[in-house]
Amino acid sequence: MTSEVRQIDVDYIARVEGEGEMHVKVVDGVIEDVQFGIFEPPRFYEAFMEGRPFSEAPDITARICGICPVAYQMSSVHAMEYAFGMSVTGQLRSLRRLLYCGEWIESHILHMFLLHAPDFLGYESAVHMAADHKDVVELGLRLKKAGNAIVTVVGGREIHPINVKVGGFYRVPTKKELETLVPELEWARDAAMDTIRLVSGFTFPNVEQDFEFVSLSHPLEYPFNEGRIVSNKGLDIAVSEWNDFFLEEHVERSNALHSRIRERGAYHVGPLARYALNFDKLTPAARDIALEVGLGPVELNPFKSIIVRGVETLYAIEEALRIIDQYEEPASPAVEPNIHAGVGHGASEAPRGMLYHRYEVDGNGRILKAQIVPPTAQNQLTIEDDLRVVLEDSLELPDDELTWLLEQSIRNYDPCISCATHFLTLNIERISTK
Amino acid sequence: MALPKLAVYKFASCDGCQLSILDVEDLLLDIASVVHIANFPEASREVIEGPYDLTLVEGSITTPHDAERIHEVRRQSKFLVTIGACATAGGIQALKNWKDTDLFTSTVYAHPEYLDTLETSTPVKNHVEVNFELRGCPVDKMALVEVVAAFVQGRRPNIPEYSVCVECKRQGTPCVMVSHGTPCLGPVTQAGCGALCPSYNRGCYGCFGPMESPNTEMLAAAWQRLGVSHRGLVDAFRGFNAYAEPFRITSDHHEALAVAKGE
Repeated sequence: MTSEVRQIDVDYIARVEGEGEMHVKVVDGVIEDVQFGIFEPPRFYEAFMEGRPFSEAPDITARICGICPVAYQMSSVHAMEYAFGMSVTGQLRSLRRLLYCGEWIESHILHMFLLHAPDFLGYESAVHMAADHKDVVELGLRLKKAGNAIVTVVGGREIHPINVKVGGFYRVPTKKELETLVPELEWARDAAMDTIRLVSGFTFPNVEQDFEFVSLSHPLEYPFNEGRIVSNKGLDIAVSEWNDFFLEEHVERSNALHSRIRERGAYHVGPLARYALNFDKLTPAARDIALEVGLGPVELNPFKSIIVRGVETLYAIEEALRIIDQYEEPASPAVEPNIHAGVGHGASEAPRGMLYHRYEVDGNGRILKAQIVPPTAQNQLTIEDDLRVVLEDSLELPDDELTWLLEQSIRNYDPCISCATHFLTLNIERISTK
Repeated sequence: MALPKLAVYKFASCDGCQLSILDVEDLLLDIASVVHIANFPEASREVIEGPYDLTLVEGSITTPHDAERIHEVRRQSKFLVTIGACATAGGIQALKNWKDTDLFTSTVYAHPEYLDTLETSTPVKNHVEVNFELRGCPVDKMALVEVVAAFVQGRRPNIPEYSVCVECKRQGTPCVMVSHGTPCLGPVTQAGCGALCPSYNRGCYGCFGPMESPNTEMLAAAWQRLGVSHRGLVDAFRGFNAYAEPFRITSDHHEALAVAKGE
């Protein structure tokens, strides 16, 4: 018997935030193994937070991710507030949503224009793409800047904002400061619609999966910081019940823990999940344009996540404009916590999906135990499932095209491997025994 | 003439500093017109082989593999600039340098045997020669543009080494320690952020690391007069630049005092 080995190696999957590896093994046209591994050097956040004051959680956990620091700040402050039995309401709560709108806009636009669109248009990067489509890249950069401007005004700076604290903020913006954002956001609303129409014209591989979508759900609004954890397959739990229904596993191929739903397995967090579970909470304009460009209220093709990111961007712009319009400067920038021993849970919707934090604190407010479950860790198994589905449909492709398509499948999830732990090595092994 | 080749490498980090390159929205395409972005995986699939004229390194060295890899990066780089608190000081993950790594690993991971990690998180300069360091957690994006511009123009980057206090005075921000008794690391921290925290009514927490000649003990004494304990001082100096020498010495000193006093 002769055996022929066909193998492709890509040492680093580009245009993702971090360092990961993929290994694919195909024997006689049958997929034997698909592994998406993460070799980001571990940084041990949960361990070194032990003993630190509760008040540092938003600043320290922000450093897990330079792309979505606000998400870490939001999940951590909500968890601490849960532990202290307090809640932040009114304009302070709205300001938190506004800050999150800014992060969704800049993160979604970064991914759509600079990381993902080059795949659909066949360019190595946005800089290469700019040679032929300068106006498109410039549109993206200007939209991104509009999102960053929100984070800068409310948070102090776009990466690792300094203004978030347990109980609220160090200083709240004046109405006037927020109003300076309005003209550009009004431009951005139209630009986001143009963007949605543009990306919906891309060619999408016909791939669908019967995902279990998981996201927060709130009775009144598209979810950012609060709500119950729900799924399209019957899950409906309080955030505090996370560990009763989800399981984190340490597998050899990854420095990020894999999450699964107990007794069920892989699930999907992120824009597609939020959209499917909260479509009715979008603004009318966001719903209308989604339907106009051919999305259903549920979208099962992960390649179309780029359109859904556009829809969520439009939502975030409109929500930001609403919050600014209704803003009145609160009397105090923060509510003082009543520090006592306790356990706190917080989940918020990072651009890439649900981010869960749990802390135990002692009577002096020092952290005894921390647990952080980032969205990319939760999506790892689902990403592997997608790779399998894409592979099955595309085995006839030559290695270079197949490699690119598989990379693109991973990028559908806008994976943030820094978060999940980071180094993507793509390794396709094809063995023929005939 | 061929454009200088730029490479961007990542070690243990959050990606925030290299993301700053993509965050200079108005200037990104201008930068791409003066340097050839030859190897920047976060932004491009294309990898053009070295050697590189200018290399930006983000992240600290935390694994045996990375301790090897940084030497290869150095060999490929004519001018190597470390960017951010991780690459210049070990980052927040250098907090593990004070702990037992085995215990740390088992706190987070069920199977420590799957991991390969060093006992310490250390700055790049501890491993290879570094030509310039740009501080910050994160770096200031315009400072990063200045580093690239200065390199292209063949001059030294104009980056301040004085303290955050100078920035507050220049902006007219009232001193948070003097005016409302808020402990602030500004007097010993390098400028570069625009004295952001004091302008938001909070004390500086040291993102840019120690300024050129920090009098940390004098500041520690001032904090104690505001009621901060030795343990509180350890927390403050053991932050995002914990392993930078002046901050490390100060936190170790106050940790010993905290233990002696039973804090």
